Amino acid sequence: MAQVTPMRTAAETQLLDLFPAVKARLPGAAEPRQQAYDAFAKAGLPHRRVEAWKYTDLRASLREAAPLADAPSAAVLGEVRTKAAPFAGLGPALAIVDGMFEPSLSDLHGMPAGVQAVGLAGALGTGHALAAQVGQAAQADDAVLALNAALMTDGVILRVAAGTQLERPLVVRFVRTGSQARAAFTRVLLVVEEGASLTLAETHEGPAGVGHQDNTVVEVITGDKATVQHVRLNADGGGAVDLSTLGVKLGADCAFTSFALVTAPALTRHQIFVTFAGENSRVSLNGGALLKGRQHADTTLVVNHAVPHCESRELYKHVLDGEATGVFQGKIIVEPHAQKTDGQMMSQAVLLGDNATMNNKPELEIFADDVVCAHGATCGQLDDDLLFYLRARGLPKPDAEALMLQAFVGEALEKVEDESIRDVLEGVVEAWLRARL
Amino acid sequence: MLEIRNLHVQIEDKKILNGLSLTVNDGEVAAIMGPNGSGKSTLSYVIAGKEDYEVLDGEILLDGQNLLEMEPDARAAAGVFLAFQYPLEIPGVATMTFLKAALNAQRKARGEGELSTPEFMKKVRAGAERLHIPQDMLKRALNVGFSGGEKKRMEILQMALLEPRFCILDETDSGLDIDALKIAADGVNALRDPKRSFLVITHYQRLLNYIVPDTVHVMANGRVVKSGGKELALELEANGYADYRSQAA
Ligand SMILES: Nc1ncnc2c1ncn2[C@@H]1O[C@H](COP(=O)(O)OP(=O)(O)OP(=O)(O)O)[C@@H](O)[C@H]1O
Ligand SMILES: [Mg+2]
Repeated sequence: MAQVTPMRTAAETQLLDLFPAVKARLPGAAEPRQQAYDAFAKAGLPHRRVEAWKYTDLRASLREAAPLADAPSAAVLGEVRTKAAPFAGLGPALAIVDGMFEPSLSDLHGMPAGVQAVGLAGALGTGHALAAQVGQAAQADDAVLALNAALMTDGVILRVAAGTQLERPLVVRFVRTGSQARAAFTRVLLVVEEGASLTLAETHEGPAGVGHQDNTVVEVITGDKATVQHVRLNADGGGAVDLSTLGVKLGADCAFTSFALVTAPALTRHQIFVTFAGENSRVSLNGGALLKGRQHADTTLVVNHAVPHCESRELYKHVLDGEATGVFQGKIIVEPHAQKTDGQMMSQAVLLGDNATMNNKPELEIFADDVVCAHGATCGQLDDDLLFYLRARGLPKPDAEALMLQAFVGEALEKVEDESIRDVLEGVVEAWLRARL
Repeated sequence: MLEIRNLHVQIEDKKILNGLSLTVNDGEVAAIMGPNGSGKSTLSYVIAGKEDYEVLDGEILLDGQNLLEMEPDARAAAGVFLAFQYPLEIPGVATMTFLKAALNAQRKARGEGELSTPEFMKKVRAGAERLHIPQDMLKRALNVGFSGGEKKRMEILQMALLEPRFCILDETDSGLDIDALKIAADGVNALRDPKRSFLVITHYQRLLNYIVPDTVHVMANGRVVKSGGKELALELEANGYADYRSQAA
């Protein structure tokens, strides 16, 4: 069979040219970066014939790959300092601005006992012991992940010592500035030692209407008996292309919960890879996306039950107005010896706009026989009879719809245990709904 | 005063109301009885403003205002309240949140200020107590997992809170046990007022022993075929609808 070399798109060519141009100044070992770059060069940007990217044709939609963001100037940092962060005051925060970890905007001295925080670039450059774990949790044959592995400029490594119980959430801010579209490749590694418990809350902040391109990876590696709540808020930066990967590797007897809320960027792809490495662990992955106009949000997750006696739950809610597109692809893999696996996955969408689209693709790949696994997907309009009931009690139609949508998204949002964080997220949902009235 | 004149209504090409006329005066309790499928619930939905129905002819006036030109929420703010035959469940919306949203929406539509939270809570608590509704039910999602009788009592609580001008009770008695029936009837009677009228739809004369009507109307085939005083209900209880079915056909 003849080998067909696909035509490179402009964006692919720009990305391929980027790496050789900047690799000399990227921190850490060169070899793994080169390998990742080669993998990307071979695959190119994902397109609709790549099964995992079936509904998000990045090759077609990414016209230009933006140049790498410049390290922020003192003036830019001053401006960031004056802006209110969504989770401000809720817990110690670390800031990554335009691809660079910013100690001056981070509460490095306010880190609670048992928490160690270091910049990723520094750690990679100096061969810090924790840096060896970078790339351990986010492993997949994926071109976007490979791009991050090749090009990550900076980020944060957090280590939570054994037995540490954090009352307040740890906040990581990914901040973008400037009015010209720029790219940033960043990574956060959270290492949670045995018996520790915490909430990690990420926010993605940026100017509306600028086509910034983000490729972020968050990795979570836990010892046994750890409890981690993870929250991701993407409510800013209306013009942005936001590609993100969450890689999670859990020990035994752990509980990991994640909730991601998307309201703003033009195009988001959030991919989650969870691996159970120890028995009796539980994972709960949840999300809400409220989209309008021509926004596109894709959540694609793979939960790998590699060991017996683990439980996974997924609940995703899409509210799609205008011509927005929602994508949910969920795959639960149960390996041959992973008996007593309990997996349940649900994706629900409400289509408000006549031209809105929801693509649901739940999959179960089960190779063990003694398991309980189920998945479901619903997609439809708001219930007319319920709407009438609310209106007959005096609620104008938009208010009645807002109340129903709030309840709809609320079912996933209530998985967020930290009340202070949940309040902020509820506020974001309410603001989105109010903007429709 | 509610006046319905020559109302013709259809749904999906099926004619349900056939020239129905009815007047309910201020302070009056009017009972409507009639065989299954005669159009009683349809009438209540059309008064409240459900969109599925096509009004072919006729008018509905509340104190001279043409209800048929108003949105359901505007009708509610003008004082129309329908206690549903089958109250709906609203997962994810706490009963208290719902009650507050409804009350404040109506107050806003009438140009009144919002009720403060303590004032509101006091009102709800008092109403719930009168109807023997446990306080923790108010924290649960509206009607979700409530028993049939609990749902009906919740409708009466909403009615008491919203203080409507014109109340329609569609088979509020069905599904209630004898004690609950008395409690619900007491709740309704407490709301009787010279300025408030009621349209009570029921199949059973027994309810009318507790909520004593001023007038009783028999509905058959989408029309009011006979009107009388409370003794008409007793007569129906004894003889059934046989006479009226033939009369309307
Ligand atoms: N959505 C609909 N589509 C078609 N027919 C309908 C619809 N809703 C009601 N009907 C019909 O209209 C007629 C009147 O129904 P309605 O519910 O008003 O009767 P009712 O008098 O309230 O009866 P019941 O005593 O059983 O409650 C019935 O024949 C019913 O089947
Ligand atoms: Mg009925």
